[in-house]
Amino acid sequence: MEENLDGIFSQYAGERGELIPILQDVQRAVGYVPGAAMTQTARFLRIPESAVYGVVTFYAQFHLTRQGEHGVKVCQGTACHVRGGRRILRAVEKKLGIRSGETSEDYRFSLERVACFGSCALAPVMVVDGKVHGRMTPQKAVRVLEALE
Amino acid sequence: MRFEQIQQKAASAWSEFTDPGRPRILVGTGTCGRAAGAGEVLQAIRSHAPQAGLEARVYEVGCLGLCYAEPLVELSGPGLPRVLYGGLAPEDVPGLLRDYYEHGDLRPDLALAVMEGDSLEGIPTFKDHPMMAGQVRIVLRNCGLIDPGNIDHYIARGGYAGLARALAMAPQQVIEEVKRSGLRGRGGAGFPTGRKWEFCRNSPGDRKYLICNADEGDPGAFMDRAVLESDPHSVIEGMAIAAYAIGAGEGYVYVRAEYPLAVQRLQEAVRKANEYGLTGDDALGSGFRFHVRLKQGAGAFVCGEETALLASLEGKRGMPRPRPPFPAQKGLYGRPTNINNVETLANVPVILSRGSGWFAAHGTEASRGTKTFALAGKIVRTGLIEVPLGISLQKIVFGIGGGIPEEKRIKAVQTGGPSGGCIPAELLRMPVDYERLTEAGSIMGSGGMVVMDEDTCMVDIARYFVEFTQSESCGKCAPCRLGTKHMFGILTRISSGEGRPQDIELLEEIAEAVKLGSLCGLGQTAPNPVLTTIRYFREEYETHIHDKKCLSGVCKQLVTFQVNEQKCKMCNVCKENCPANTIEGERKKTPYKIVQSGCTKCGICFDACPFGAIEVV
Ligand SMILES: Cc1cc2nc3c(=O)[nH]c(=O)nc-3n(C[C@H](O)[C@H](O)[C@H](O)COP(=O)(O)O)c2cc1C
Repeated sequence: MEENLDGIFSQYAGERGELIPILQDVQRAVGYVPGAAMTQTARFLRIPESAVYGVVTFYAQFHLTRQGEHGVKVCQGTACHVRGGRRILRAVEKKLGIRSGETSEDYRFSLERVACFGSCALAPVMVVDGKVHGRMTPQKAVRVLEALE
Repeated sequence: MRFEQIQQKAASAWSEFTDPGRPRILVGTGTCGRAAGAGEVLQAIRSHAPQAGLEARVYEVGCLGLCYAEPLVELSGPGLPRVLYGGLAPEDVPGLLRDYYEHGDLRPDLALAVMEGDSLEGIPTFKDHPMMAGQVRIVLRNCGLIDPGNIDHYIARGGYAGLARALAMAPQQVIEEVKRSGLRGRGGAGFPTGRKWEFCRNSPGDRKYLICNADEGDPGAFMDRAVLESDPHSVIEGMAIAAYAIGAGEGYVYVRAEYPLAVQRLQEAVRKANEYGLTGDDALGSGFRFHVRLKQGAGAFVCGEETALLASLEGKRGMPRPRPPFPAQKGLYGRPTNINNVETLANVPVILSRGSGWFAAHGTEASRGTKTFALAGKIVRTGLIEVPLGISLQKIVFGIGGGIPEEKRIKAVQTGGPSGGCIPAELLRMPVDYERLTEAGSIMGSGGMVVMDEDTCMVDIARYFVEFTQSESCGKCAPCRLGTKHMFGILTRISSGEGRPQDIELLEEIAEAVKLGSLCGLGQTAPNPVLTTIRYFREEYETHIHDKKCLSGVCKQLVTFQVNEQKCKMCNVCKENCPANTIEGERKKTPYKIVQSGCTKCGICFDACPFGAIEVV
């Protein structure tokens, strides 16, 4: 897939230090970082493609594949862990039929586990499409997902 | 504009904000508040207030720290006291507004505290609220009390006066003042801030950088998020003062991408500070030039480490490098760079405006000032607190935090996240300062404090942290890359009932090697959770290894799931959900039973049972 990234590149001077912000913009626009976008970015910054790939794969934020319509993230931070975060993850995996790191076949959902959202006081938490849901139970988590359907 | 004029303008904005002549409603909409439903409550207030004929001004404020009671709303009005309400649902709003504004009924059933003046109708004053008693708020001075998007509010409460004072001093004098205050870095290591600035100031080079480390990657920590969301100018002002002291013209805030609201509030704050001429080409007409930029992290814990952070800012993989050279000598793009934590910087304006002596009067001889902590886990009042250094853990957990819920017993307090350790209940009387925490095998860390009760398994906790560090290890040096993986493997086999007699000694041996041999702080501290749990909870390891039992009922492979017949309502939910089809029973006829031979211990029945009838033994 060939995306036109000129709109994004036009906001930057073409310096190496801009690589991560550019990739963040690409992901915001496209939903993930496709191979072709990495090639174009490498050309724009005049750095090897391997350097771009190295950065994309280093940081957890970047996705190499198309993501689902709804992004579901279950927090596995310490406070969530001691308050049953693992059970929330299990319930969500069962409900969506995918494991963390995966996207459902119909591209409706992507599921991720996240190290900490910093909403520890309301643990355990889950984030759906950017909205934080606190004080989850396995049942409540399933209801949040059902409300999207 | 001169600073006095800015202050006058701010004062008039503040008197409008605090005008007692009109009803005012404050809603806490930090991330915690929103997660608890503050957005819906805000909407209910916005739609009901006009219906009730109320010409109320509604403001969104940041985090007061009483996160357990979110969402929080403060009401005030002509002739009515400022009262804080907690745990509100949108349905409560119409009744509460009617009772408070029409009938003058303060609704003590929903009230948490009176914010100003004396206690009323049994509602305590804010400072006597059980969660506030014992707290001293320097860093959190404005959190929850001002509109974080309004720079005038910050200035009216004394903001930017520290910068104004600093700009009238010589940079070296500013450094001396910070040195005298005894402020130590709040990002983890506790290095004296004034000395750190001096190194950078004395480093040759005409272009220097100041960086605010807002990566806050420790799971269980949210102090920096709350400050950035609730009082972003305190950090920008601290940065400007630090930059002036070391001679830096450019600053970066390296902020986690997981904190979208903090990013948004920071962007606004940076823009406003420039617009007011407090930063920019000629700060307050002093000739000092300082520009702040934001950079968002991309989800890598190791980027909180200084040299990895610098690599990330340069657009590279965030891998640390050996020091020396220190960032103060060769930092960003090879130029002298000073990196400070959010909370460290938020302390600086107060040190300048109120003086180092005032600041140093708080805390202990070697640990001056206060520290914020994120209280979470098995504790009644979770939230964000700030206490003088030297206070005991006992006071924090049982005083401020209200103890352990459901009358369970406390087992340990975890401080310092994956770099820290578990402090056992016997040591709760210990004062909280940098040295004592280190002696106990933990660290102060950035301020995450997770309380664990008798239902927490310490082997599982050690495994949890090592799972985290082995996946966040950047892979550059072998001791960290291989050592954390190996420890994880051993802890996994212990928690699944396959532990071997020599495993504890083996863990200790690897831990020492990882500590000594790793390149950066991530690896050097990764063994701490393992070593402290072995040091204080060795018998739990032994029970797992020798008796193949997890007495806390956490390690799944070592427990048995059973149906409690007294509690079973014969609803069939467990059977429907069992993926192994190993539950027997008939709806409304016989209590259900798990056939153990087929049980995979997935725990789904335990989660699914609406009556808590599935038990682990
Ligand atoms: C793996 C690792 C992660 C760190 N994460 C953070 C962080 O998220 N925030 C922070 O301020 N310091 C973090 N630090 C500490 C910083 O490297 C550094 O010591 C600190 O930012 C210095 O600021 P201070 O002197 O104001 O404390 C981390 C260190 C390590 C080794």
